[in-house]
Amino acid sequence: MSISPSVQATPEARELSVIFNRADRIFRRIVTAGALTSLILLGLIGTFLFVRSAQIFNDRGLKFITGSNWTAGSGDGIIPDDFSIGPMLTGTILVSVIALVISMPLAIGGALFVEFYATPKVRRVLTTLLDLAAAIPSLIFGIWGVVFFSSYGERWSDLLNSRFGWLPFIKVQNEVFGRSPFVAGCVLASLITPIITSVSREVFSRTPRDLVDTCYALGGTRWGAIKTVVLPFGKSGVIGGAMLGLGRALGETVAVYLLLNIVFRYNFRILESEGGNIASLIALKFGEATEYELKALVAAGFVLFLLTLVVNMVAASIVERSTRRR
Amino acid sequence: MSQTVQTSVTSVDGEQGEPKVVRGLEAKNIHAWFGKHHVLKDVSLRFPERTVTGLIGPSGCGKSTFIRLLNRMHEFIPGAAMAGQVLQDGHDIYSPEVDAAAIRLKVGMVFQKPNPFPAMNIRENVLSGIKLAHLKVADHDAIVESCLTRAGLWKEVKDRLTATGGSLSGGQQQRLCIARSLAVEPSVLLMDEPCSALDPGSTLRIEETIKELVEKIAVVIVTHNMQQAARVSDFCAFFLADGGPGYLVEADATKKLFTNPSDTRTADYVQGKFG
Ligand SMILES: Nc1ncnc2c1ncn2[C@@H]1O[C@H](COP(=O)(O)OP(=O)(O)OP(=O)(O)O)[C@@H](O)[C@H]1O
Ligand SMILES: [Mg+2]
Repeated sequence: MSISPSVQATPEARELSVIFNRADRIFRRIVTAGALTSLILLGLIGTFLFVRSAQIFNDRGLKFITGSNWTAGSGDGIIPDDFSIGPMLTGTILVSVIALVISMPLAIGGALFVEFYATPKVRRVLTTLLDLAAAIPSLIFGIWGVVFFSSYGERWSDLLNSRFGWLPFIKVQNEVFGRSPFVAGCVLASLITPIITSVSREVFSRTPRDLVDTCYALGGTRWGAIKTVVLPFGKSGVIGGAMLGLGRALGETVAVYLLLNIVFRYNFRILESEGGNIASLIALKFGEATEYELKALVAAGFVLFLLTLVVNMVAASIVERSTRRR
Repeated sequence: MSQTVQTSVTSVDGEQGEPKVVRGLEAKNIHAWFGKHHVLKDVSLRFPERTVTGLIGPSGCGKSTFIRLLNRMHEFIPGAAMAGQVLQDGHDIYSPEVDAAAIRLKVGMVFQKPNPFPAMNIRENVLSGIKLAHLKVADHDAIVESCLTRAGLWKEVKDRLTATGGSLSGGQQQRLCIARSLAVEPSVLLMDEPCSALDPGSTLRIEETIKELVEKIAVVIVTHNMQQAARVSDFCAFFLADGGPGYLVEADATKKLFTNPSDTRTADYVQGKFG
């Protein structure tokens, strides 16, 4: 009788508390600290670079990014300082993209070979070799590029030019083919291929066995299984590996420094003997820089820092989108 | 080493008068090894057309190994070797000139865990085998409908063929996998514990599906569920491995094997006394 027609409001969602036990608490603190440290470091580096170079951005504004001169002034004001990194910025992207375009098919093909076609023994050897190759310092690649590869690079450039010279980015003004973005890109490609191959192989090997088996059980070939399950499954991992490689290529200093004529002029013709990237610019000018020029170099470093950050964020979002879809 | 694939004799002799071609699938004196580990010993078994054969036996006795031998999936495992013959309509599928992929097309397989291709939708999943094997078909829609119907899934999914396979329930996913196997028109379907990851309702649905499939093809099903073996199979084979390699204890009509087996170990096993 006493049941009143209750006019209850919908209840508030209750707050749920989680109690961690001791071991969990300690572990949580350690990993949180680890994660925070890297974040803080990143923030500190960014702040440091920015503070040190703020004057440059203040003085030169957007012209620092778009201009194509790097002239140290005479100090007495007769020849003014003129620092800008346009060609180096585009050069960084150009050389890295060339490297990535060359290395991706090699890396994916290599990873598929190691994982699906090589005999177990060959696979073991190659896997070890790949991981070793990924750790070779870039200086070695630079020297190898100068001493050994450049003559091949020139020959390939010549060939490319004679076949595809009608393409605007392949056409050259003078037919001297050494020390071009293409040659530097090739050497960078050989530098980043091992790491991309290694990462790709790792993700390919994680493909669920029964999915691959299903392809075979449906009368598929190895290649069919690769196309149907291995590549879709490994896609995001391969992109991740590519970004790792791209990151290395973007910041690569020595190899580019050794292999490219650093010229302050916008150049998008990949066979032309001129180019450069930000990292090699810094290496080139750092030794005898005036105080103001040093700030400009730090500013260049800051731009490179942002570029890498953006590339990584784009990569992360690509990876996320391609994994969410399933 | 005796671990080589013997291929010399087939049961089709060119002799006039009596071509002793056995229709369906037949395993003759099968042995299997993983490296040096002998896991199957001298198993001979026939799978006539339009029958369901249940393979039962305790864990580790080599049932999975055996059915993987029937469509040449065994050889994908590193170190795996076999001896004996598997005859399909009288032809040895392990002959050197035989294309293993073509055999797998004729002898399909459904796995324990439902595993639709994650990057594909329902329709694409059904058609995946056709693409993989480069088969030419005129009417894809008709295939999708007929395979899903035979697998008992059409009514449930016909309005969402473009949803991903992962959006189905486990039982539906398994029926999708069956439909996928049917699309390439196998004459034998091997099923390795197809219901062990499913609820009783879905299990019954799959069993109904099997009974319909068998009007056209042979089905070989591995199961740990005695009631299931009794319900779906026409013939049953009991495997055992007591310490050494697995072997076939007894194979007979299911009714006989469950009510009046000739081996006491079979009787003990089907009554649940061990295993
Ligand atoms: N990939 C492999 N490598 C080595 N040995 C294996 C492999 N797969 C199976 N074996 C061995 O072969 C024997 C038979 O295994 P199998 O998987 O065929 O048994 P099963 O009857 O299917 O068992 P279950 O009922 O548990 O599925 C076991 O002793 C197992 O250890
Ligand atoms: Mg098994």
